[in-house]
Amino acid sequence: MGSKRVSLEVSEVCAEAVRLADVDVVAAYPITPQTHIAEVLSEMVADGVLDAEYINVESEHSAMSCCIGASAAGARSFTATSAQGLALMSEMLYIASGLRLPIVMALVTRTLSAPLSIWGDYSDIMSVRDCGWITLFAEDGQEVFDFTLQAFRIAEDERVLFPAMVCMDGFHLSHVLEPVDVISEEEARDFLPVYRPKYRLHPSDPVSMGCFAMPDYFSEIKKRQDEELKGSYPVILEVWREWEERFGRRYAPLMSYWVDDAEMILVIAGGYAGTARLAVEGMRKRGMKVGLVSWKLWRPFPLDDVREILGKAPLVLVVDRALSVGGAGGPIANEIRAAFYHEKVRPQVVSMVAGLSGRDVLQRDFEAMTKRAMELAERGEIPYYEMYGVRE
Amino acid sequence: MADLPTWRTIDHACIVFNPGNAAEYLTGDWRSMRPELDQEKCKRCGRCWMYCPEPAVLVDEEGKYHIDYRYCKGCGICSKECPYDAITMVEECEDGI
Repeated sequence: MGSKRVSLEVSEVCAEAVRLADVDVVAAYPITPQTHIAEVLSEMVADGVLDAEYINVESEHSAMSCCIGASAAGARSFTATSAQGLALMSEMLYIASGLRLPIVMALVTRTLSAPLSIWGDYSDIMSVRDCGWITLFAEDGQEVFDFTLQAFRIAEDERVLFPAMVCMDGFHLSHVLEPVDVISEEEARDFLPVYRPKYRLHPSDPVSMGCFAMPDYFSEIKKRQDEELKGSYPVILEVWREWEERFGRRYAPLMSYWVDDAEMILVIAGGYAGTARLAVEGMRKRGMKVGLVSWKLWRPFPLDDVREILGKAPLVLVVDRALSVGGAGGPIANEIRAAFYHEKVRPQVVSMVAGLSGRDVLQRDFEAMTKRAMELAERGEIPYYEMYGVRE
Repeated sequence: MADLPTWRTIDHACIVFNPGNAAEYLTGDWRSMRPELDQEKCKRCGRCWMYCPEPAVLVDEEGKYHIDYRYCKGCGICSKECPYDAITMVEECEDGI
Protein backbone atom coordinates (compact mmCIF):
# COMPACT_ATOMS: atom_id res chain seq x y z
CA MET A 1 0.00 0.00 0.00
CA GLY A 2 1.46 3.34 -1.00
CA SER A 3 0.57 7.00 -0.73
CA LYS A 4 -2.94 8.20 -1.33
CA ARG A 5 -4.12 11.64 -2.25
CA VAL A 6 -6.65 13.10 0.13
CA SER A 7 -8.29 16.47 0.60
CA LEU A 8 -7.82 17.69 4.15
CA GLU A 9 -7.65 20.90 6.13
CA VAL A 10 -3.95 21.55 6.67
CA SER A 11 -4.34 21.34 10.47
CA GLU A 12 -5.71 17.83 9.95
CA VAL A 13 -2.81 17.11 7.63
CA CYS A 14 -0.45 18.00 10.48
CA ALA A 15 -2.39 15.81 12.94
CA GLU A 16 -2.35 12.92 10.45
CA ALA A 17 1.44 13.21 10.16
CA VAL A 18 1.70 13.13 13.95
CA ARG A 19 -0.55 10.03 14.04
CA LEU A 20 1.65 8.34 11.43
CA ALA A 21 4.70 9.28 13.53
CA ASP A 22 3.07 7.15 16.26
CA VAL A 23 3.87 9.64 19.01
CA ASP A 24 3.76 8.55 22.64
CA VAL A 25 2.81 11.85 24.26
CA VAL A 26 0.86 14.88 23.07
CA ALA A 27 0.66 17.81 25.48
CA ALA A 28 -1.08 20.83 24.04
CA TYR A 29 -3.21 23.78 25.05
CA PRO A 30 -5.65 25.09 22.46
CA ILE A 31 -5.05 28.54 20.99
CA THR A 32 -6.28 30.07 17.77
CA PRO A 33 -5.25 29.28 15.02
CA GLN A 34 -3.53 26.10 16.28
CA THR A 35 -6.76 24.76 17.83
CA HIS A 36 -7.69 22.25 15.15
CA ILE A 37 -4.39 20.38 15.51
CA ALA A 38 -4.88 19.94 19.26
CA GLU A 39 -8.56 19.08 18.71
CA VAL A 40 -7.98 16.44 16.03
CA LEU A 41 -5.15 14.80 17.97
CA SER A 42 -7.26 14.61 21.14
CA GLU A 43 -10.03 12.96 19.10
CA MET A 44 -7.57 10.48 17.63
CA VAL A 45 -6.39 9.51 21.12
CA ALA A 46 -9.97 9.31 22.45
CA ASP A 47 -11.04 7.18 19.46
CA GLY A 48 -8.11 4.84 19.91
CA VAL A 49 -6.58 5.45 16.48
CA LEU A 50 -3.53 7.00 18.11
CA ASP A 51 -2.02 5.09 21.02
CA ALA A 52 -0.64 8.04 22.99
CA GLU A 53 -1.03 9.90 26.25
CA TYR A 54 -2.89 13.16 25.61
CA ILE A 55 -2.12 15.51 28.47
CA ASN A 56 -4.67 18.29 28.99
CA VAL A 57 -2.42 20.97 30.36
CA GLU A 58 -3.35 24.31 31.90
CA SER A 59 -0.96 26.41 29.81
CA GLU A 60 1.61 26.30 27.05
CA HIS A 61 4.36 26.58 29.64
CA SER A 62 3.05 23.31 31.04
CA ALA A 63 2.64 21.82 27.55
CA MET A 64 6.32 22.28 26.80
CA SER A 65 7.29 21.21 30.33
CA CYS A 66 5.33 17.96 29.87
CA CYS A 67 7.00 17.36 26.51
CA ILE A 68 10.40 17.94 28.11
CA GLY A 69 9.69 15.45 30.90
CA ALA A 70 8.20 12.90 28.51
CA SER A 71 11.03 13.23 26.01
CA ALA A 72 13.63 12.96 28.78
CA ALA A 73 11.98 9.67 29.76
CA GLY A 74 12.33 8.49 26.16
CA ALA A 75 8.84 9.17 24.79
CA ARG A 76 8.27 10.58 21.31
CA SER A 77 6.58 13.88 22.17
CA PHE A 78 4.63 16.50 20.25
CA THR A 79 2.97 19.82 20.91
CA ALA A 80 1.53 22.66 18.87
CA THR A 81 0.92 26.32 19.58
CA SER A 82 0.67 29.87 18.23
CA ALA A 83 1.69 33.42 19.19
CA GLN A 84 0.95 34.11 22.89
CA GLY A 85 1.20 30.37 23.56
CA LEU A 86 4.69 30.31 22.08
CA ALA A 87 5.60 33.39 24.12
CA LEU A 88 4.38 31.68 27.28
CA MET A 89 6.42 28.54 26.58
CA SER A 90 9.52 30.43 25.41
CA GLU A 91 11.35 29.79 28.68
CA MET A 92 10.91 26.06 28.17
CA LEU A 93 11.91 26.18 24.48
CA TYR A 94 15.45 27.12 25.45
CA ILE A 95 15.48 24.32 28.01
CA ALA A 96 14.25 21.71 25.50
CA SER A 97 17.12 22.64 23.21
CA GLY A 98 19.71 22.90 25.96
CA LEU A 99 18.72 19.44 27.19
CA ARG A 100 18.85 18.25 23.57
CA LEU A 101 15.41 16.64 23.63
CA PRO A 102 13.98 15.71 20.20
CA ILE A 103 10.50 17.16 20.74
CA VAL A 104 8.55 18.15 17.63
CA MET A 105 6.25 21.16 17.59
CA ALA A 106 3.88 22.60 15.03
CA LEU A 107 3.92 26.38 15.21
CA VAL A 108 0.86 27.84 13.56
CA THR A 109 2.29 31.31 13.13
CA ARG A 110 0.28 34.23 14.49
CA THR A 111 0.83 37.82 15.50
CA LEU A 112 1.95 38.62 19.02
CA SER A 113 -0.30 41.13 20.82
CA ALA A 114 -0.80 44.10 21.20
CA PRO A 115 -3.04 45.01 19.55
CA LEU A 116 -4.76 41.70 20.02
CA SER A 117 -4.96 39.88 16.73
CA ILE A 118 -5.59 36.26 15.87
CA TRP A 119 -4.21 36.52 12.32
CA GLY A 120 -0.95 35.31 10.99
CA ASP A 121 2.55 36.67 10.70
CA TYR A 122 6.01 35.71 11.94
CA SER A 123 6.32 37.91 15.01
CA ASP A 124 5.94 34.78 17.15
CA ILE A 125 8.65 32.63 15.56
CA MET A 126 11.05 35.56 15.27
CA SER A 127 10.65 36.25 19.00
CA VAL A 128 12.26 32.84 19.74
CA ARG A 129 14.78 32.96 16.91
CA ASP A 130 17.69 32.10 19.20
CA CYS A 131 16.09 29.29 21.19
CA GLY A 132 18.12 26.55 19.50
CA TRP A 133 15.38 24.61 17.72
CA ILE A 134 15.64 23.27 14.19
CA THR A 135 13.11 25.46 12.40
CA LEU A 136 11.36 24.81 9.10
CA PHE A 137 8.90 27.01 7.21
CA ALA A 138 6.19 25.13 5.32
CA GLU A 139 4.67 26.70 2.23
CA ASP A 140 1.72 24.37 1.67
CA GLY A 141 -0.16 21.43 3.13
CA GLN A 142 2.13 18.88 1.53
CA GLU A 143 5.14 20.48 3.15
CA VAL A 144 3.37 20.53 6.51
CA PHE A 145 2.83 16.78 6.16
CA ASP A 146 6.33 16.00 4.89
CA PHE A 147 8.19 18.33 7.26
CA THR A 148 6.31 17.06 10.32
CA LEU A 149 7.33 13.44 9.69
CA GLN A 150 10.83 14.50 8.67
CA ALA A 151 11.14 16.64 11.82
CA PHE A 152 10.86 13.56 14.06
CA ARG A 153 13.42 11.67 12.00
CA ILE A 154 15.88 14.59 11.98
CA ALA A 155 15.38 15.49 15.65
CA GLU A 156 15.84 11.90 16.87
CA ASP A 157 18.93 11.20 14.76
CA GLU A 158 21.79 10.49 17.21
CA ARG A 159 23.97 12.95 15.29
CA VAL A 160 21.35 15.66 15.91
CA LEU A 161 19.23 15.29 19.09
CA PHE A 162 17.60 18.71 18.94
CA PRO A 163 13.96 19.73 19.12
CA ALA A 164 12.42 20.75 15.81
CA MET A 165 9.50 22.97 14.88
CA VAL A 166 7.49 23.20 11.71
CA CYS A 167 6.00 26.63 11.06
CA MET A 168 2.84 27.05 9.04
CA ASP A 169 0.91 30.25 8.41
CA GLY A 170 -2.07 30.70 10.71
CA PHE A 171 -5.35 30.55 8.73
CA HIS A 172 -3.77 31.11 5.30
CA LEU A 173 -2.38 27.60 5.62
CA SER A 174 -3.75 26.01 8.79
CA HIS A 175 -7.41 26.52 7.89
CA VAL A 176 -7.47 25.80 4.17
CA LEU A 177 -8.28 22.50 2.51
CA GLU A 178 -5.61 21.19 0.18
CA PRO A 179 -4.98 17.98 -1.75
CA VAL A 180 -2.12 16.18 -0.02
CA ASP A 181 -0.33 12.89 -0.68
CA VAL A 182 -0.44 10.96 2.58
CA ILE A 183 1.93 8.01 3.00
CA SER A 184 0.77 4.68 4.42
CA GLU A 185 1.38 3.47 7.97
CA GLU A 186 3.89 0.91 6.65
CA GLU A 187 5.80 3.59 4.76
CA ALA A 188 5.76 5.83 7.82
CA ARG A 189 7.04 3.03 10.09
CA ASP A 190 9.77 2.25 7.60
CA PHE A 191 10.85 5.87 7.31
CA LEU A 192 10.49 6.63 11.01
CA PRO A 193 11.22 3.58 13.20
CA VAL A 194 10.35 3.39 16.90
CA TYR A 195 12.33 5.98 18.88
CA ARG A 196 15.26 4.41 20.76
CA PRO A 197 16.66 7.21 22.91
CA LYS A 198 20.40 7.32 23.41
CA TYR A 199 20.01 9.20 26.68
CA ARG A 200 16.97 9.01 28.93
CA LEU A 201 15.83 9.08 32.53
CA HIS A 202 15.48 5.48 33.67
CA PRO A 203 15.77 3.98 37.16
CA SER A 204 18.00 1.12 36.00
CA ASP A 205 20.62 3.49 34.63
CA PRO A 206 20.20 6.81 36.44
CA VAL A 207 21.55 10.08 35.04
CA SER A 208 20.87 13.71 35.97
CA MET A 209 19.50 16.09 33.35
CA GLY A 210 19.01 19.81 33.65
CA CYS A 211 21.77 20.40 36.15
CA PHE A 212 23.39 23.66 37.12
CA ALA A 213 26.51 24.84 35.28
CA MET A 214 29.07 27.26 36.65
CA PRO A 215 30.64 29.95 34.45
CA ASP A 216 33.71 27.75 33.92
CA TYR A 217 31.52 25.17 32.10
CA PHE A 218 28.72 27.23 30.57
CA SER A 219 30.48 28.60 27.49
CA GLU A 220 31.81 25.18 26.50
CA ILE A 221 28.30 23.71 26.79
CA LYS A 222 26.82 26.49 24.62
CA LYS A 223 29.62 26.21 22.05
CA ARG A 224 28.90 22.50 21.75
CA GLN A 225 25.16 23.18 21.38
CA ASP A 226 25.86 25.78 18.68
CA GLU A 227 28.31 23.60 16.75
CA GLU A 228 26.00 20.61 16.92
CA LEU A 229 22.92 22.54 15.81
CA LYS A 230 24.93 23.71 12.80
CA GLY A 231 26.09 20.11 12.46
CA SER A 232 22.49 18.98 11.94
CA TYR A 233 22.57 20.59 8.49
CA PRO A 234 24.03 17.59 6.57
CA VAL A 235 21.62 15.25 8.37
CA ILE A 236 18.68 17.41 7.28
CA LEU A 237 19.90 17.23 3.67
CA GLU A 238 20.40 13.47 4.02
CA VAL A 239 16.83 13.01 5.29
CA TRP A 240 15.52 15.18 2.44
CA ARG A 241 17.45 13.10 -0.12
CA GLU A 242 16.00 9.91 1.35
CA TRP A 243 12.52 11.41 1.32
CA GLU A 244 12.91 12.27 -2.38
CA GLU A 245 14.04 8.71 -3.14
CA ARG A 246 11.12 7.24 -1.22
CA PHE A 247 8.33 9.63 -2.12
CA GLY A 248 9.59 11.74 -5.03
CA ARG A 249 9.33 15.15 -3.42
CA ARG A 250 12.51 17.24 -3.32
CA TYR A 251 13.40 19.80 -0.65
CA ALA A 252 16.26 22.22 -0.15
CA PRO A 253 17.03 24.85 2.53
CA LEU A 254 16.21 27.55 -0.02
CA MET A 255 13.92 26.44 -2.84
CA SER A 256 14.85 28.65 -5.77
CA TYR A 257 13.10 29.47 -9.02
CA TRP A 258 14.43 31.41 -12.04
CA VAL A 259 17.47 32.58 -10.06
CA ASP A 260 20.32 31.77 -12.49
CA ASP A 261 19.99 34.86 -14.70
CA ALA A 262 17.99 36.95 -12.24
CA GLU A 263 18.67 40.65 -11.85
CA MET A 264 16.61 40.60 -8.69
CA ILE A 265 15.67 37.73 -6.38
CA LEU A 266 12.58 37.98 -4.22
CA VAL A 267 12.89 36.14 -0.89
CA ILE A 268 9.99 35.12 1.31
CA ALA A 269 9.19 32.33 3.78
CA GLY A 270 5.98 30.35 4.18
CA GLY A 271 2.65 30.28 2.42
CA TYR A 272 2.89 33.72 0.81
CA ALA A 273 5.68 32.29 -1.39
CA GLY A 274 2.89 30.70 -3.45
CA THR A 275 1.50 34.10 -4.39
CA ALA A 276 5.02 35.45 -4.87
CA ARG A 277 5.71 32.62 -7.33
CA LEU A 278 2.69 33.60 -9.44
CA ALA A 279 3.85 37.23 -9.36
CA VAL A 280 7.39 36.31 -10.39
CA GLU A 281 6.10 34.01 -13.12
CA GLY A 282 4.00 36.90 -14.46
CA MET A 283 6.94 39.31 -14.38
CA ARG A 284 9.12 36.73 -16.19
CA LYS A 285 6.50 36.51 -18.95
CA ARG A 286 6.79 40.26 -19.34
CA GLY A 287 10.55 39.91 -19.77
CA MET A 288 11.63 40.97 -16.28
CA LYS A 289 14.58 38.95 -14.98
CA VAL A 290 13.22 38.23 -11.51
CA GLY A 291 13.83 35.09 -9.45
CA LEU A 292 12.29 33.69 -6.30
CA VAL A 293 13.53 31.97 -3.16
CA SER A 294 11.03 30.23 -0.90
CA TRP A 295 12.82 29.88 2.43
CA LYS A 296 12.47 26.45 4.11
CA LEU A 297 15.26 26.01 6.67
CA TRP A 298 15.61 28.86 9.14
CA ARG A 299 17.70 27.10 11.82
CA PRO A 300 20.35 25.95 11.37
CA PHE A 301 20.87 29.04 9.20
CA PRO A 302 21.82 27.86 5.68
CA LEU A 303 24.72 30.28 5.26
CA ASP A 304 26.34 28.61 2.22
CA ASP A 305 23.02 28.30 0.38
CA VAL A 306 22.29 31.96 1.03
CA ARG A 307 25.67 33.02 -0.36
CA GLU A 308 25.53 30.68 -3.33
CA ILE A 309 21.95 31.33 -4.44
CA LEU A 310 21.37 34.96 -3.49
CA GLY A 311 24.90 35.87 -4.57
CA LYS A 312 23.83 35.21 -8.16
CA ALA A 313 21.87 38.45 -8.35
CA PRO A 314 22.90 42.09 -7.80
CA LEU A 315 19.67 42.85 -5.96
CA VAL A 316 17.67 40.91 -3.37
CA LEU A 317 14.23 41.91 -2.12
CA VAL A 318 13.33 40.29 1.18
CA VAL A 319 9.70 40.39 2.27
CA ASP A 320 9.54 39.81 6.02
CA ARG A 321 6.23 39.15 7.73
CA ALA A 322 7.66 40.42 11.00
CA LEU A 323 8.67 43.86 12.22
CA SER A 324 11.66 44.31 14.46
CA VAL A 325 10.19 47.28 16.31
CA GLY A 326 12.81 49.97 16.60
CA GLY A 327 15.30 47.75 14.81
CA ALA A 328 17.34 48.01 11.63
CA GLY A 329 15.43 45.74 9.25
CA GLY A 330 13.30 42.66 8.77
CA PRO A 331 14.68 39.61 10.60
CA ILE A 332 15.32 37.50 7.49
CA ALA A 333 16.67 40.49 5.55
CA ASN A 334 19.16 41.32 8.27
CA GLU A 335 20.51 37.78 8.48
CA ILE A 336 21.00 37.81 4.70
CA ARG A 337 22.84 41.13 5.01
CA ALA A 338 25.04 39.66 7.74
CA ALA A 339 25.76 36.59 5.59
CA PHE A 340 27.13 38.82 2.83
CA TYR A 341 28.86 41.54 4.83
CA HIS A 342 32.33 40.03 4.46
CA GLU A 343 31.86 38.83 0.88
CA LYS A 344 33.64 40.73 -1.88
CA VAL A 345 30.69 40.39 -4.23
CA ARG A 346 27.42 40.95 -2.50
CA PRO A 347 23.91 41.88 -3.55
CA GLN A 348 22.13 44.96 -2.37
CA VAL A 349 19.39 43.93 0.03
CA VAL A 350 16.05 45.72 0.17
CA SER A 351 14.04 44.87 3.28
CA MET A 352 10.26 45.18 3.05
CA VAL A 353 7.93 44.40 5.91
CA ALA A 354 4.50 43.28 4.68
CA GLY A 355 1.71 40.85 5.43
CA LEU A 356 1.52 41.68 9.13
CA SER A 357 -1.35 40.17 11.07
CA GLY A 358 -2.72 38.25 8.10
CA ARG A 359 -2.97 41.22 5.74
CA ASP A 360 -3.09 39.83 2.22
CA VAL A 361 -0.10 40.36 -0.02
CA LEU A 362 -1.41 39.92 -3.54
CA GLN A 363 0.42 39.39 -6.82
CA ARG A 364 0.16 43.10 -7.57
CA ASP A 365 1.71 43.86 -4.18
CA PHE A 366 4.73 41.68 -4.94
CA GLU A 367 4.99 43.42 -8.32
CA ALA A 368 4.78 46.85 -6.67
CA MET A 369 7.45 45.88 -4.08
CA THR A 370 9.68 44.61 -6.90
CA LYS A 371 9.29 47.89 -8.78
CA ARG A 372 9.98 49.87 -5.61
CA ALA A 373 13.08 47.78 -4.76
CA MET A 374 14.50 48.32 -8.25
CA GLU A 375 13.87 52.07 -8.04
CA LEU A 376 15.52 52.34 -4.62
CA ALA A 377 18.54 50.37 -5.85
CA GLU A 378 18.82 52.48 -8.99
CA ARG A 379 18.70 55.70 -6.97
CA GLY A 380 21.18 54.25 -4.49
CA GLU A 381 18.81 55.08 -1.66
CA ILE A 382 18.14 51.73 -0.02
CA PRO A 383 16.79 52.30 3.50
CA TYR A 384 17.25 49.85 6.37
CA TYR A 385 13.70 48.74 5.73
CA GLU A 386 10.29 49.92 4.63
CA MET A 387 6.82 48.87 5.67
CA TYR A 388 4.88 48.16 2.50
CA GLY A 389 1.27 49.11 1.97
CA VAL A 390 0.80 51.17 5.11
CA ARG A 391 -1.70 54.03 4.77
CA GLU A 392 0.06 57.39 5.00
CA MET B 1 42.02 25.24 33.68
CA ALA B 2 43.92 22.29 32.18
CA ASP B 3 41.67 19.64 33.72
CA LEU B 4 38.39 21.27 32.66
CA PRO B 5 36.66 19.76 29.61
CA THR B 6 36.69 21.52 26.25
CA TRP B 7 33.53 22.08 24.22
CA ARG B 8 34.38 18.91 22.30
CA THR B 9 34.85 16.73 25.39
CA ILE B 10 32.16 18.15 27.65
CA ASP B 11 29.23 15.77 28.24
CA HIS B 12 26.30 15.86 25.81
CA ALA B 13 23.65 18.31 27.05
CA CYS B 14 25.54 18.60 30.33
CA ILE B 15 24.05 15.26 31.38
CA VAL B 16 25.52 13.98 34.64
CA PHE B 17 26.22 10.28 34.15
CA ASN B 18 27.26 9.72 37.78
CA PRO B 19 24.40 11.30 39.73
CA GLY B 20 25.28 12.74 43.12
CA ASN B 21 28.68 13.98 42.02
CA ALA B 22 27.88 17.40 43.48
CA ALA B 23 29.54 15.89 46.58
CA GLU B 24 32.83 16.24 44.73
CA TYR B 25 32.31 19.99 44.54
CA LEU B 26 33.58 21.51 47.76
CA THR B 27 31.70 24.71 48.58
CA GLY B 28 33.54 25.52 51.82
CA ASP B 29 35.67 28.19 50.17
CA TRP B 30 32.56 30.32 49.55
CA ARG B 31 32.49 31.01 53.31
CA SER B 32 33.26 34.37 54.84
CA MET B 33 31.81 33.59 58.29
CA ARG B 34 32.63 30.31 60.06
CA PRO B 35 30.23 28.62 62.52
CA GLU B 36 32.00 27.41 65.66
CA LEU B 37 30.15 24.88 67.78
CA ASP B 38 30.74 24.89 71.52
CA GLN B 39 30.40 21.25 72.65
CA GLU B 40 29.94 22.40 76.30
CA LYS B 41 26.78 24.39 75.44
CA CYS B 42 25.44 21.90 72.87
CA LYS B 43 22.46 19.82 74.13
CA ARG B 44 22.46 17.48 71.05
CA CYS B 45 18.99 18.66 70.01
CA GLY B 46 19.91 18.29 66.31
CA ARG B 47 18.30 21.53 65.09
CA CYS B 48 21.51 22.59 63.33
CA TRP B 49 21.59 19.22 61.55
CA MET B 50 17.96 19.61 60.45
CA TYR B 51 18.17 23.23 59.35
CA CYS B 52 21.49 23.07 57.49
CA PRO B 53 20.66 23.50 53.75
CA GLU B 54 23.80 21.54 52.88
CA PRO B 55 24.56 18.32 54.61
CA ALA B 56 27.32 20.28 56.35
CA VAL B 57 26.49 19.24 59.91
CA LEU B 58 27.67 15.75 60.77
CA VAL B 59 26.92 13.51 63.77
CA ASP B 60 29.59 11.22 65.18
CA GLU B 61 29.19 7.82 66.91
CA GLU B 62 28.78 9.51 70.31
CA GLY B 63 25.93 11.67 69.03
CA LYS B 64 28.08 14.82 68.95
CA TYR B 65 27.49 17.37 66.20
CA HIS B 66 30.34 18.77 64.05
CA ILE B 67 30.49 21.30 61.24
CA ASP B 68 31.81 19.88 57.97
CA TYR B 69 33.93 22.81 56.79
CA ARG B 70 34.52 21.20 53.39
CA TYR B 71 30.91 22.06 52.45
CA CYS B 72 29.76 24.73 54.95
CA LYS B 73 29.09 27.98 53.04
CA GLY B 74 28.79 29.98 56.22
CA CYS B 75 25.12 30.90 55.82
CA GLY B 76 24.63 31.11 59.57
CA ILE B 77 21.26 29.34 59.73
CA CYS B 78 22.56 26.82 62.31
CA SER B 79 23.76 29.65 64.53
CA LYS B 80 20.44 31.51 64.19
CA GLU B 81 18.37 28.41 64.96
CA CYS B 82 20.43 27.03 67.88
CA PRO B 83 18.29 27.58 71.04
CA TYR B 84 21.36 27.29 73.33
CA ASP B 85 23.66 29.83 71.59
CA ALA B 86 26.12 27.00 71.10
CA ILE B 87 27.06 28.10 67.56
CA THR B 88 28.91 31.38 67.05
CA MET B 89 29.68 32.91 63.65
CA VAL B 90 33.30 34.02 63.41
CA GLU B 91 34.98 36.02 60.64
CA GLU B 92 37.15 33.78 58.49
CA CYS B 93 39.66 36.63 58.18
CA GLU B 94 40.75 38.00 61.50
CA ASP B 95 40.71 41.59 60.26
CA GLY B 96 37.50 41.17 58.30
CA ILE B 97 37.50 41.72 54.56
